Amino acid sequence: MSMTDTIVDRSGTPLCEMRDMQKAFGGIRAVDHVTVDLYPGEVVGILGHNGAGKSVLMKMLSGAYLRDGGQIFVNGEEVQINNPRDARKYNIETIYQTLALADNLDAASNLFLGRELVTPLGFVDDPHMEAETRKIMGRLNPNFRRYNTPVAALSGGQRQSVAIARAVYFNAKILIMDEPTAALGVEETRMVAELIGELKRQGIGIFLIDHDIHQVKALCDRASVMKNGRLVGTVNVDEVTEDDLLGMIILGKNPKEEAA
Amino acid sequence: MTDTPNSHDASEPTRLKRTFFQTLEFDTRLLGMIGAFLLIALIFNVLTEGRFLTPRNIFNLTIQTVSVAIMATGMVFVIVTRHIDLSVGALLATVSAVMAMTQTAWLPNLLGLELGSPLLAPLAILVGAIVGTIIGAFHGWLIGYLTIPAFIVTLGGLFVWRNVAWHLTTGQTIGPLDGNFVMLGGIDGTLGVTGSWIFGALAAAFAAYLFFNARRKKVAHGFPVKPLWAEALIAGIAVAAILGFVWILNSYDIPTRRLARMFEARGEVMPEGYSTGYGVPYSVLLLIIVATVMTIVAQRTRLGRYIFAAGGNPEAAALSGINTRLLTVKVFAIVGFLCAISAVVASARLNFHSNDVGTLDELRVIAAAVIGGTALSGGIGTIYGAILGALIMQSLQSGMAMVGVEAPYQNIVVGIVLVVAVYIDIVYRKRTGA
Repeated sequence: MSMTDTIVDRSGTPLCEMRDMQKAFGGIRAVDHVTVDLYPGEVVGILGHNGAGKSVLMKMLSGAYLRDGGQIFVNGEEVQINNPRDARKYNIETIYQTLALADNLDAASNLFLGRELVTPLGFVDDPHMEAETRKIMGRLNPNFRRYNTPVAALSGGQRQSVAIARAVYFNAKILIMDEPTAALGVEETRMVAELIGELKRQGIGIFLIDHDIHQVKALCDRASVMKNGRLVGTVNVDEVTEDDLLGMIILGKNPKEEAA
Repeated sequence: MTDTPNSHDASEPTRLKRTFFQTLEFDTRLLGMIGAFLLIALIFNVLTEGRFLTPRNIFNLTIQTVSVAIMATGMVFVIVTRHIDLSVGALLATVSAVMAMTQTAWLPNLLGLELGSPLLAPLAILVGAIVGTIIGAFHGWLIGYLTIPAFIVTLGGLFVWRNVAWHLTTGQTIGPLDGNFVMLGGIDGTLGVTGSWIFGALAAAFAAYLFFNARRKKVAHGFPVKPLWAEALIAGIAVAAILGFVWILNSYDIPTRRLARMFEARGEVMPEGYSTGYGVPYSVLLLIIVATVMTIVAQRTRLGRYIFAAGGNPEAAALSGINTRLLTVKVFAIVGFLCAISAVVASARLNFHSNDVGTLDELRVIAAAVIGGTALSGGIGTIYGAILGALIMQSLQSGMAMVGVEAPYQNIVVGIVLVVAVYIDIVYRKRTGA
């Protein structure tokens, strides 16, 4: 296998680069000098066991955690991301594993949470937000009807589509998906895969945290594997076998280094 | 991401069988609470041989409810954000003491304002509102930024502020209070019959406009709306309720001797056979303004949206970029401000400040919010619910007092009602899946 397998153009500036990222909790180095990057239209899988540090790494990009050290570049320029608002400013959107929905609010209120549409007088404009929500949901999940119920009453798939709509609506350039299919059925998983393909074509870069090696092979262009907070290595998924990936995850062995 | 085929949505066109009440899209919880209130009122009316539902008693009931109801609207925000405030009664006492001292001692002695000056009441209220808001914000800072549990901060506050009040007045009862100030207490300041009708007409017109405007917006976006007759019926009920309330308060006549004294005070002689009603008390007007503003904050502002989001899922709110710590400060500052407003009403109603003003109010306020459907698990609650809750509690207490039930027994009943009301609410939520 060779590099030419991939259609992603990595000759230009990366869409996003996280360089030498560090984060510790107490004495534990959750993320230990990790560097990853992402190009337009690319899906980079972030792999590793539970506790490998992949979620922490991504949360530093989404602004949920403050980094201890390291630099973040968007389109080649260094940016300061100190809270979720900063991340949103750079069109970095996140679909959390927990979905991060306020269960007591309806779909529109969740979609626009923190970025409400307001009337000229500054009051929240619920009818306008509902109309926009109907538009985006019409694209993502045409069967969705329940606009006036709290999202607690929705099915897992419906809730997922609200969380995805939130990321897509605000023109994400960099999308972080934390195990987006963990709670979904076969059909719903297929729809998420289709959506990822669609977003790729639009030139959006996606960091995909996932456990499922099959899925990573199918959806990702590259995979960065982490173990105990460190980066084991980044590989083109077409150049490695599933066993290679498993070896990286479980044993922390980089197949390239083995070959060399 | 497919919908389950049996998803039940009221707006689905396939669902044609709709009952009369479904078409009206009534808020069933509100309906249930009004039903409970009417039932209590009717039972006491029978037990008191018609004395409970007189204009006089309804007038008294409303002015007795105001102080607790104002604080209860703020408690809704606190409980919705998964906190609690045990200090509202004590905070009320401190603010009451500050305002009493401001108008009777500090302003006259330090600024040389004469007793009876028209500046006394507004300045005292301003000082009280600032003090209440600052203390509330301070509680919010301890809770939000220092992450001390609200239960502990406000339990400490209960001890501190109750006794700061005592310290400020050196334990004395302070009174009589300024004449203008006392007008906000209830019976000593009302809109009068004509003023009340004007207010009622304006309020009714405003309510009708809100219904019309909400419908117009829905139509503009092409959302499903209920049939015009249903909308008109509900708007009609709201208008009738407002005007009916004004009519009842107007029907309570000012006693002839009191009326004569009022004419004397103005240097006039009361015409023979003259009579007029009290109308809407200023304190009730204050409650209506607070309720309106708080409802707008809850439903139509970002602040309100964030309060409910943070209550429903604090983590999600934070990940959405909401500053939940500052939000906590704002919520407790609002409660502090509302305690100050309640302190005005409570001390003005008594015409003096006493050490025990607002004692046990924290429990009444929490009970009112909870009976009104505010869930302690957070994220759920309404302003109108809390006010109805306060009204239900006050009705129970004064009804039992009229029947001759002794105070300790009244408290036993109120305690039981609180627990039963919350249980009914839990069952209701499970049934409706809300």
